[in-house]
Amino acid sequence: MAEDLIEVRHLNKTFSEQVAVEDLNLVVKAGEIYGLVGPDGAGKTTSIRLLCGALKPSQSPGGEAPKIRIAGFDMLKDIEKARAQIGYLPQRFSLYEEMTVIENLRFFAEVRGLPTSKWQPRCMEILSFVSLDAFVDRRAGQLSGGMKQKLGLAAALVHQPRVLLLDEPTTGVDPVTRQDFWQLIIRLAAQNDHPEGRTAVLVSTPYMDEASRCTRVGFMRKGRLTVEGSPNQLRAQLAGRILELMGSPLPLLRRIAVKDADVQNAQLFGDSLHLRVKEGCSVQVIQRVTEDVAEQGGVVTRFRLVEPQLEDVFMGLIERD
Amino acid sequence: MSSDPAENTVILAENLTRRFGDFVAVDHVSFSVQRGEVVGYLGPNGSGKTTTIRMLLGLLLPSEGSARVLGYDVVSQSEEVRACSGYMSQKFALYHDLTVGENLAFYAGVYGIRQRERLAEVLELMGLRELERQRVSELSTGWRQRLALATAIVHRPQLLFLDEPTSGVDPAARRAFWDLIYELVEQGVTALVTTHYMDEAEYCGRVGIMRDGRLLAMDTPTALKEKALPGLAWDVFVEIQAAPGESQSPLLQALNALLECPCVLRAGLVSDHLRAITPPEVTADTLLASLAEAGIAGARVEQIEPTLEDVFLALASHD
Repeated sequence: MAEDLIEVRHLNKTFSEQVAVEDLNLVVKAGEIYGLVGPDGAGKTTSIRLLCGALKPSQSPGGEAPKIRIAGFDMLKDIEKARAQIGYLPQRFSLYEEMTVIENLRFFAEVRGLPTSKWQPRCMEILSFVSLDAFVDRRAGQLSGGMKQKLGLAAALVHQPRVLLLDEPTTGVDPVTRQDFWQLIIRLAAQNDHPEGRTAVLVSTPYMDEASRCTRVGFMRKGRLTVEGSPNQLRAQLAGRILELMGSPLPLLRRIAVKDADVQNAQLFGDSLHLRVKEGCSVQVIQRVTEDVAEQGGVVTRFRLVEPQLEDVFMGLIERD
Repeated sequence: MSSDPAENTVILAENLTRRFGDFVAVDHVSFSVQRGEVVGYLGPNGSGKTTTIRMLLGLLLPSEGSARVLGYDVVSQSEEVRACSGYMSQKFALYHDLTVGENLAFYAGVYGIRQRERLAEVLELMGLRELERQRVSELSTGWRQRLALATAIVHRPQLLFLDEPTSGVDPAARRAFWDLIYELVEQGVTALVTTHYMDEAEYCGRVGIMRDGRLLAMDTPTALKEKALPGLAWDVFVEIQAAPGESQSPLLQALNALLECPCVLRAGLVSDHLRAITPPEVTADTLLASLAEAGIAGARVEQIEPTLEDVFLALASHD
């Protein structure tokens, strides 16, 4: 069994009466990439800041003692040791634009207490991992956005942490760069060459395509972690309930679909509609909506069951209350 | 609405080209957009998206080629173009110290619109009525995006340029925003959306893919998935347990094996499994056989419907 690298129990955080995080319980094992997803203000960033010791947990209403263990160290009692196990890439990270890539990395290595004999080989190793080894002497200010992102990741990993915390790491980054970045993250979690074992990654994101790259996903809403599972487990909950409807005119198709009693949600996309139907109703919905569309002068060109996406799961959870 | 096709053409770009010195930012791009369409323009940084928009708005002269927007020539009639167009930037310029109502009134004033009724109407349409007296600094990203859209439509433009309108928000906020766009489109507005995000591109009726200044494909998301991918998409699953002492996990070994396979065009990691793109003639058996040859036994492959991202990466990546 892989070891628990992040273990969180009864974590609460209240900012002047406003509950930001409510009774968070979470375990992330070595080799896992855990995606914390949820709308704006759900408590994702506050959770990450609690995990890395930047914020202190509030008293739990039930009186249970909060617990944060990082790779076996207690963040609330042994904060220095626990923090040494963490690499953290915040939403807005700062690099020294006037310093070169290697100077930036050396700075972070020294802050993390790497001895002089170690920082140089380690920096070269991590730069080659993020494919920046050809740019060691370039000023950080001259790097492209994607390269800055990779340098930020290298800085977070320079001291070989067991736990990597990423707070919305690819907001504003283009898709080719995002793909590269995620290949690195998945590689990091999959590789076995850390002296003490595999790494655990926790990443917060509002993007469902990123969530689908995680090995496990937790949905946060109003400070609470409501549902957890692998992307496949979560999608399987809606199996047989997502329909794709194409035809014209789309606004008419949508109006008809929305009126159907067994349709829970109808979302218009560029050239199609996605319907979420009640369990076991897909055949009836297809039949009824097709008839109604024909009756009102519209055309259905395609109407079929499709694989549910994490976005469908997300929307279902949001609408629950 | 006119039935004359020329009058329904909102954007007509012909061999639109822009050079900066030796660098070709936009390279002979031709496309047309009809009234009521929502067209996405997808590409990595530096692919020429923004330069195209700047030419279409008449802010930058083409080095070659021409474009007509809403019937006006973008070079000789650029003021008319801008008067009938709205522009919402991803870094929308809102005044954070001013309220929602004050921001909207300011932008309306720039366009010479003074009627209180129009301001009230736009606030109502965007669902911002109750936030009218709220300062922008107190709003969430989702509400700021709505206000930015409000400022872009206050002068009743027929064409909207939207630059990554919903970056940084969750699917619920994105859906709510797109419902507003579709409402405008039903009223006859046309929208051109530049974006990085596949999630956003899925909301467009047609999507163009840009790379190195060239428009590589433009079609509906469904047609792009069916036709623009040069092959088949596969999910590849491998047994995930690492042998003790093995420095490379089976997943990474399988990735390396796939990248070496002559029958694989692209391969990448997806959480606990792999995604591979192969030429159309490859079957599950040939894929499994070449994996076995590379020493990856007991793999499982499943042909899947490609995503827009698969198409995009196949067309826009340099490898």
